[in-house]
Amino acid sequence: MSETCDALVLGGGGAGCSAALHLAKRGLRVILLERGLVGGQASGVNYGGVRQQGRHAAELPIARRSREMWGRMREIAGTDAEFTVTTHLKLARNAEEEAELVAYLDIARDYGLSLRMVGSNSIHLEYPWLSNSVVAGSLSPEDGSANPRLLAPALAHAARAAGAVICEGTRIVELSYAGGMFLLRAEDGREFQAPLLLNVAGFWGGAVAEAFGEKAPVAPMSPNMMVTEPLPYFITPNIGVVGGNVYLRQIPRGNVIIGGGHGESDPSKPWSRALPEVSLQTQAHAVALVPELAGAHVIRSWSGIDGVTPDHLPVIGPSRTTPGLFHAFGFSGAGFQLGPAIGAIMTELMVDHATDVPLDAFRIDRFQTAAGDTP
Amino acid sequence: MKLQRVRDANRPGIALTLDGAEIAAQQGDTLLTALLAGGAGSLRRSEFGDGDRAGFCLMGACQDCWVSVAGVGRVRACATQASQGMKVTRG
Amino acid sequence: MRIAVIGAGPAGVRAVETLVAAGHRPVWIDEAREGGGRIYQRPPQSLRRDARMLYGFEARKAEGVHATFERLAPVVDWRPETLVWHIRPQARRLSTQHQGRTQATVDYDAAILCTGAMDRVVPVPGWTLPGVTTMGAAQIALKTQGCSIGARVAFVGTGPLLYLVAYQYAKAGVTVAAVVDTTPFATKFAAAPGLLRGGATFVKGIYYIGWLRAHGVRVVEGATPVAINGTTDVQGLRWRGSDGREDLVACDAVGMGWGLKPEAQLADLAGVPFRFEPLQHSWIPECDTSGRTPVEGHYLAGDGAAIGGADVAELAGARAALALLQDAGQSVDAVRVAALDRALAGQQRFRIALERAFPYPAALAASVADETLLCRCEGLTAGELRAAAREDHDVGPAPEMNRAKAFTRVGMGRCQGRVCGPAAAEVLAASLGRDVASIGRLRGQSPVKPMPMLVPEATP
Repeated sequence: MSETCDALVLGGGGAGCSAALHLAKRGLRVILLERGLVGGQASGVNYGGVRQQGRHAAELPIARRSREMWGRMREIAGTDAEFTVTTHLKLARNAEEEAELVAYLDIARDYGLSLRMVGSNSIHLEYPWLSNSVVAGSLSPEDGSANPRLLAPALAHAARAAGAVICEGTRIVELSYAGGMFLLRAEDGREFQAPLLLNVAGFWGGAVAEAFGEKAPVAPMSPNMMVTEPLPYFITPNIGVVGGNVYLRQIPRGNVIIGGGHGESDPSKPWSRALPEVSLQTQAHAVALVPELAGAHVIRSWSGIDGVTPDHLPVIGPSRTTPGLFHAFGFSGAGFQLGPAIGAIMTELMVDHATDVPLDAFRIDRFQTAAGDTP
Repeated sequence: MKLQRVRDANRPGIALTLDGAEIAAQQGDTLLTALLAGGAGSLRRSEFGDGDRAGFCLMGACQDCWVSVAGVGRVRACATQASQGMKVTRG
Repeated sequence: MRIAVIGAGPAGVRAVETLVAAGHRPVWIDEAREGGGRIYQRPPQSLRRDARMLYGFEARKAEGVHATFERLAPVVDWRPETLVWHIRPQARRLSTQHQGRTQATVDYDAAILCTGAMDRVVPVPGWTLPGVTTMGAAQIALKTQGCSIGARVAFVGTGPLLYLVAYQYAKAGVTVAAVVDTTPFATKFAAAPGLLRGGATFVKGIYYIGWLRAHGVRVVEGATPVAINGTTDVQGLRWRGSDGREDLVACDAVGMGWGLKPEAQLADLAGVPFRFEPLQHSWIPECDTSGRTPVEGHYLAGDGAAIGGADVAELAGARAALALLQDAGQSVDAVRVAALDRALAGQQRFRIALERAFPYPAALAASVADETLLCRCEGLTAGELRAAAREDHDVGPAPEMNRAKAFTRVGMGRCQGRVCGPAAAEVLAASLGRDVASIGRLRGQSPVKPMPMLVPEATP
């Protein structure tokens, strides 16, 4: 009746699929449980940025490690998931924003991420298609982009080959812990047991943690995404702006992928969609940045559901209530690049009980006040 | 593709250009008719190296007849009326 | 009460007529400049001629729809040349774009979607060549532009439109090189008793076939298209006959079509569930016989709900409007409702026979050659889609249509899978060894059609 294994992974996003792969490679019997198809929500429908620049300092060690893995993705997952080092160019549209870019240079340097400021003279020489509204940029030569539709399925495919069991279409409705074993029951009655449980359930990770008595405030967040028809390839870097109201990249096939703002969602279904007003506003921001995009046709829009925390940092680390439970969720719209490393790091925590990557900033009890409640 | 005028082929003429070349058309033509009856042969080229296209559905669904008109922008040739002096470019 | 009617074909015209008679002034939106839809699309003023010439046997109906449209447009909030590119069923708000420029939103309490249909096609090697069009396109060129798609035209496909368009071309003096029907005669013959219910419609069909043969047009039944010859333009059509022998006619244009499929993107975005309708071999949005969908306040009518043709569309448009009025608590004429229901039920029986007589060639679609272009927007071949269904696919096999889209980009381009969707589903299902109804359908995504990004000043 119930299937027993060494570790259960709850959630089939990039992090979960990477964890299933790494745990299986360490010889554990792993079952990954996914409500829909792997990579169906935030991991599969995001912008596809493989970006270190601009991240919170606490995330940089993970991002650095993940970037190294992205460079070996073909070896890890059997495909590069269209990962391309395009560079990432973060733009300032006024002096204040430029100062913010300059201030970040030191943070990046501390973590071995080399960035280059592109000043007001050279930026329009190097990137003549940028509008005059841009005053400076910060270039991250190592960053790039990948196809988000491929990463999680590729990692899951590799995990299967390594011996992990990937159960798609498996919605868990009951979670419990007794006698050193986690027991998860699916909607269709199947039961899964293991002494280790990894909660990588994205937005739904908050509810999973709560089932084991710990609160982490996670709200649903749906990136508002769209793509244009194929255009001649001219936007080579992955583009962001200080403040983040628009981000865009072009793939060599010609399509320009544009994000900004948030769509609407109903996590209970789950269902999500771009909002027309937000799409129009974001289009205006994109054209203001790259005037040549005026008149280009948007052919498709979409969204997904991610979990956002109050401080926009994920929850990563062991549970404070339940031995054998580990969390990695609430990536707040910035998890795609981190996914591969999260799988590796969680495997180290679960198998070796230690990792070199500092995780203190991500502990789950940071949201608790002195009284013990979430604020 | 060469559209053949089989009825009402003696309407007043209009002139337009496609990629700079003169196209003789008639009042009442859609842009698609004007161009493809006027000898354009094709309207756009597939971005992915599989040849020229000249529209397919003529009802605004297939999205395979987009052309550019100076001062107007991108239009579906099948759903746009041709008019005197239009400067059209393929794709 | 704010009512929106989307589409001004036969269904939309009769829906609006019924609403206006009940004292409403709906917002009425269509992409075209005037009413009539595709079936009764009117030529521009300078080409306007005798309706009998343009619409043949359907002239009286076409004139009726046009006259009603002319009467209604001034008394409602008529918005021509306007694309509804998004619908939010909970907020009950439409996002529209007029003439590819001006954005506007329309708030509504109830909406009737009469979004029509387009041709259903099967990819054939060479089908993206200039000179190959849908059957509907061939008809529109002749009807509204006085043009044929070529000087020597071959038609391939199945369904009543195949013979009707060939007949219209031949009557207009165009050389019809061949009419290649993928349905064997025996299949049509077996459906004949049911077709007789269609009365005049059936007789007209027989008439067209007989006329074509009598005028020396080559009509081939039970054939399998092999290729459209040519490198930069059409040179000929090749097929394999029911006896297995290959044949070829020289031509400079090919019209192709295997019946119609609903243009149901707005119903999809409105959250209307879809079901696979085995007889039409097509995914259709769910609604009851009066057009009510499971999404409160949203109604469907005409070919956008299920393929039924123009006569059904007129009936269904009126019926959906009456359903809307009933649901809004207005009293409606029960006798009229009953008469419409009876007429629709009668038409349905004829429709069933018609679908049996001209079935979609699913096996033909499933066997499109690996190197044949399947998705014309993304330049994807059938072989590339098949590869995504295999166990050794580098990111694992795609178990359903949207995953196949995510992996291969099939149906991801400008047309959003409108053209390739049905054939792509057959290819994927066959590759997975599963029934086509079990692999899902391409989900609709906003915008319904490509929408230009506007310069910031022009965005409200």
